Amino acid sequence: MRTLEQTTQEVLALAAQHFHVPLETLAPNDDFFKKLGIDSLQALELLTRLENHFGIELPDYEVQGVSDFRTLADRIQARL
Amino acid sequence: MKSFTGKTLRWELREGILELTLDHEPANEIGSEMLAELEKFAAALEALSSEASVCIIASARKHGFSAGADLRELYHAAAPLPEKERLAGVRNFLERIHKVLNAIDAAPLVTIAAVHGVCFGGGLELALACDLIVADKMARFAFPELRLGLIPGFGGIPRLKRDLGNAFVRDLLLTGRSVNAARAQAVGLVAQLAGEGEALRLARSTAAQIAKFDPGTRIAAKRFIKPIPYDELRREIDIFCELFMRPAVMAGLKKFVDSSDAMPYLP
Repeated sequence: MRTLEQTTQEVLALAAQHFHVPLETLAPNDDFFKKLGIDSLQALELLTRLENHFGIELPDYEVQGVSDFRTLADRIQARL
Repeated sequence: MKSFTGKTLRWELREGILELTLDHEPANEIGSEMLAELEKFAAALEALSSEASVCIIASARKHGFSAGADLRELYHAAAPLPEKERLAGVRNFLERIHKVLNAIDAAPLVTIAAVHGVCFGGGLELALACDLIVADKMARFAFPELRLGLIPGFGGIPRLKRDLGNAFVRDLLLTGRSVNAARAQAVGLVAQLAGEGEALRLARSTAAQIAKFDPGTRIAAKRFIKPIPYDELRREIDIFCELFMRPAVMAGLKKFVDSSDAMPYLP
């Protein structure tokens, strides 16, 4: 079972890899829309990548209003 | 017409395989221009069917297959109209798109939707008119219409109900949530799952296999297994029009059009 910290680090690593941002520039409390420079359709892509990576389903209404990596990781953690 | 290039889509018939490519910025929203070109395609389909075994419908847009109906166009066209004309305009659009999707649904060739990225609302309804959905593992499917106080209007519910269990139909419809391709395959919506960027290639390889079979047998099999729910499709238009006339719908459309939210599509 992953800890929340591990889940958060995996979310950051996945976001960095797929949106071509250096991992060291991302922090758990960052606003991922601003930090990754993504729009709503790219946010959906991130959601799908996270679902595929963690092997879970994350209904989009659960992440509505979520904009920082840590809270996103927390929503994922609840489904692991 | 063996090939056509319009403003929102193009098609080409080559070696017995017909490919319809949606290519309308930003994400193949279905508005009046795409509808008119889809009508051209539907009109050409009968003649093309005698020369083709399979039709693949795919998208050239990066973000996906189709984000659904063009809600901005819908709002701007409907808002200034008196109620009676607004209703007539919406009903006319629905009648026309239903005619197109019914033609695709009933086409004697095998139809394959090669889906990547977003496949929402009217985009999903187009895919559902096809016989097979081949989806990229990054594809997402949703019916977000309830957020606007509407139901899907392009035949989505009857066609989804035809193909899948009612429990999943309710989940998709009543929550408005989007589901990934793996989930869509698990419930039977997606026939084949493709790697990232591979949906069209996989659809072409499937088409090549289908093209080997006897056309008469293929047509008989399709007619037998895929009845078109015409009565429910008619009823869906009526329910959509009833709901559309409620003030909450125009308010919802206005909110969507004016929204600067990061994820305005969400319910």
